[in-house]
Amino acid sequence: MATTDVGLHESASQASIAPVVNNMSIQVATVNGSGSQSSNTVLLRSIFQMGIPVSGKNLFPSNIAGLPTWYTIRANKDGYVARKKEIDFLVAMNPETASVDVMSLSAGAAVLYDEPLRLDSLRQDLIFYSVPYDKLVATVCPEAKLRKLVKNMIYVGVLAKLLEIDMGEVEKALRKQFAKKVKAANLNFAAAQAGYDYAVANLSKRDPYRVERMDKTQGKVIIDGNSASALGCVFAGVTMMSWYPITPSSSLAEGVIEYLKRFRITPEGKATFAVVQAEDELAAIGMVLGAGWAGARAMTTTSGPGISLMSEFAGLAYYAEIPGVIWDVQRVGPSTGLPTRTSQGDLLSTAFLSHGDTKHIMLFPASPLECFEMGMEAFNVAEKFQTLVFVMSDLDLGMNNWMSEPFAYPEKPIQRGKVLTKEDLDRLGSFGRYQDVDGDGIPYRTLPGTEHPKAAYFTRGSGHNAMAQYSERPEDYENNMLRLNRKFELARRLLPGPLLQGYGKSEIGIIAFGTSHWAITESIDQLRDEHNLTPDYLRIRAYPFAPEIADFVRSHRRVYVVEQNRDAQLFSLLKLDLESELTPRLRSLARLDGLPLDARSVTDELAAKEAQ
Amino acid sequence: MSTTSTPPPKVNRLGLSAIDYRGGKTTLCAGCGHNAISERIIDALYEMGVQPERVAKLSGIGCSSKSPAYFLNRAHAFNAVHGRMPSVATGAVLANQSLMALGVSGDGDSASIGIGQFVHLMRRNLPIIYIIEDNGVYGLTKGQLSATADVGSKLKTGVINELPPIDTCELAVSLGATFVGRSFSGDKRQLSAMLKAAVAHRGTVMLDVVSPCVTFNDHEGSTKSYKFMQDHDEPLQEISFIPGFEDIEIEYDPGTTLEVEMHDGSRLRLRKLEEDYDPTDKVRAITRMNEAKRDGEILTGVLYVNTQAPTFLDMLNLTDDPLATLPQSVVRPGREVLEQVMEELR
Repeated sequence: MATTDVGLHESASQASIAPVVNNMSIQVATVNGSGSQSSNTVLLRSIFQMGIPVSGKNLFPSNIAGLPTWYTIRANKDGYVARKKEIDFLVAMNPETASVDVMSLSAGAAVLYDEPLRLDSLRQDLIFYSVPYDKLVATVCPEAKLRKLVKNMIYVGVLAKLLEIDMGEVEKALRKQFAKKVKAANLNFAAAQAGYDYAVANLSKRDPYRVERMDKTQGKVIIDGNSASALGCVFAGVTMMSWYPITPSSSLAEGVIEYLKRFRITPEGKATFAVVQAEDELAAIGMVLGAGWAGARAMTTTSGPGISLMSEFAGLAYYAEIPGVIWDVQRVGPSTGLPTRTSQGDLLSTAFLSHGDTKHIMLFPASPLECFEMGMEAFNVAEKFQTLVFVMSDLDLGMNNWMSEPFAYPEKPIQRGKVLTKEDLDRLGSFGRYQDVDGDGIPYRTLPGTEHPKAAYFTRGSGHNAMAQYSERPEDYENNMLRLNRKFELARRLLPGPLLQGYGKSEIGIIAFGTSHWAITESIDQLRDEHNLTPDYLRIRAYPFAPEIADFVRSHRRVYVVEQNRDAQLFSLLKLDLESELTPRLRSLARLDGLPLDARSVTDELAAKEAQ
Repeated sequence: MSTTSTPPPKVNRLGLSAIDYRGGKTTLCAGCGHNAISERIIDALYEMGVQPERVAKLSGIGCSSKSPAYFLNRAHAFNAVHGRMPSVATGAVLANQSLMALGVSGDGDSASIGIGQFVHLMRRNLPIIYIIEDNGVYGLTKGQLSATADVGSKLKTGVINELPPIDTCELAVSLGATFVGRSFSGDKRQLSAMLKAAVAHRGTVMLDVVSPCVTFNDHEGSTKSYKFMQDHDEPLQEISFIPGFEDIEIEYDPGTTLEVEMHDGSRLRLRKLEEDYDPTDKVRAITRMNEAKRDGEILTGVLYVNTQAPTFLDMLNLTDDPLATLPQSVVRPGREVLEQVMEELR
């Protein structure tokens, strides 16, 4: 009805009195397989190129085509890049989810929809813009079969007009996206321009959201965590990768392959690496063990179900002391769980993966930069300690696009650990594979093929003495296990240490790891502004835990352990590790619904607990 | 006064004596076929003049998999987990292609728990000598049936196997292994010649060696006993092997003998005991194996050989130097590479 329409326009124009600049989240609801990824990347990059901090999160189904998918872009002048709970601007392209998407918005949000969907009748407290996509795409794309792919670029142009995104930046981002495919770039830009022109002629701005140039992304890059991890591995000098495809880790392995093919072929055209797509995860880790044993820098990539399958070999690697790097890009379990949603749920199963007294080193990257740095460091740590290193990434980090400082070239040389050469053996006369010569628990090893009659030793998962001979003697078993423990204890002080934010003077503390970091840093500001709470924050970056973690708990009365799983896995590991008088200080803030953690949830729950 | 001259110690072309190829004292049962196979391995590597340090011994779990401790002490060894030696071997060979991988497995290790890794190893034609010490029974766990036990074969407990056996040779041939043979631990001459040829071959060698278990499967009614093998062994050829480093010319009749030139210039001579058997014909090989199964024969000898197929290393186009020891200057791309990637992401 006309009166309602006018009323809505009035309320909307009132809202536009106070513009909201560089602070919004845009959600694009599409159908997967419709080519919307390119449009969303162009949108993200255009805002990024305008100097505004931005993040993009893809919420997608475990499906190839035809199911709903949502992409959220958050632009924020303060640099907050965590998922924002509220959606300010919805681009509704999927008829199947459109009504639910619209109904879940907060009052005052804007909706851009495909004209035939007639969504404006659903709510009166939202701002609606309609676009006749099919008509517009027909004018710019004569080839009917391409229209489905080009259609999505129209909303980029419409948004550019409504949000004041520079069309020059849209074109630049688009040409980068399509790289050498000039024809495709031209066609897509024509679609974006058609959307822009349509908006100029037909849509009057009624929502408060807009962007304005800033200088906060100068020099920065946009990269997903899996690509960053892949780069780290390539610069670490990985020489053997075996892998089995599994979401969300496949793009990490594919990134490694892509970079290796580009950068690791000799001038003679030969590969300085071997990559094997294994028959399963059992074989993938087996190849890592074989290659690590024989001296390669070996890695595999997987997710939770693969970690479960690798269990037996992981115990062998721990006990036989074989280096290797395992990337776990965590997703939601148990079982197949939610394979395309994020989680921090593999901590406990990985820490003690396998049977008997087994424990493993884990690294926890929180950003693409740390994926790169830990990707390199993981190999050094694995070879130094002659054990597996698990790098615990997650789907949110691995598969989403993040702003990042550019990666610095590694100045630290590659460290290969205690390996004896033929010359060393000539000098020493002999060696015992599991002898603790240096008192640090780390023995020396030789590589197969070392041409010295005393170089060989027998690697086995059964009991062995310091000379690597088969032994069932109680003291041999116990001495060996105690030495392995000394090695593990040493690792506490030599792994990437925890990072403190705050002055350490507050009564309350927060402990978290990995991608929870982004919600926490935003939540800390909310807690200060809304509740006058100023928690100190310690981000854990490795297991076994550094001694500073106990110090942090000791110096705070209440420490909230925030993590993305149901069973408070980090909290549990901390309770096992800390002295018993410290554990009552720990409080768990563990939750998981498959979506990346948002600041609002942390703030509200922590404030509520503090109020008790 | 009589003069006695001590004969110089017998050495191979590397100047090493047989003792340099020995291992620890066996802990397997007296009379176990596996011990005879270890002896043949020692002889073959000694006679072929293989540098012991260049060998990587690999095994899974089971009686067979214990045996790498009983030969070649001077070679690194890896006793992996049950059924999963193939993946460990693959990793090791990729890390250092100058190693000669020698895998020892059993019928339980390869045909049951490890069948997945076994078949994929065969597909890749990775350079490796893979020996299955096949006794049709689980020894270490005291006598359960394995998947290579023949239909009708009887356990000591009286249990009769009703399930069809998995023929590891047939699988290996059809999947892509390039040197496949079956032998018997008691046939010294045949097994030695096949092992020497295995050393000379480039690609996956799969040898299924029937190796009777004297404790659990050597009784009347077993089809993997010494007696049964002696009665049912049908050798396809009389095998002789002339190493490439020995400059010997021996005449042979091409009408009755097939000569196969191996990768290293060695020659494998197969005097045909079956006139129409051609071990370079994959389809014929598979058919003949099935005929033998139908007729209750145990076909031994070189079942299939292909010296031309590319190996997994060829497919990966690996640089000649072992990946394991490539220096940082080769494996870490330069500063400008990282800067280029960063620029692409800006």
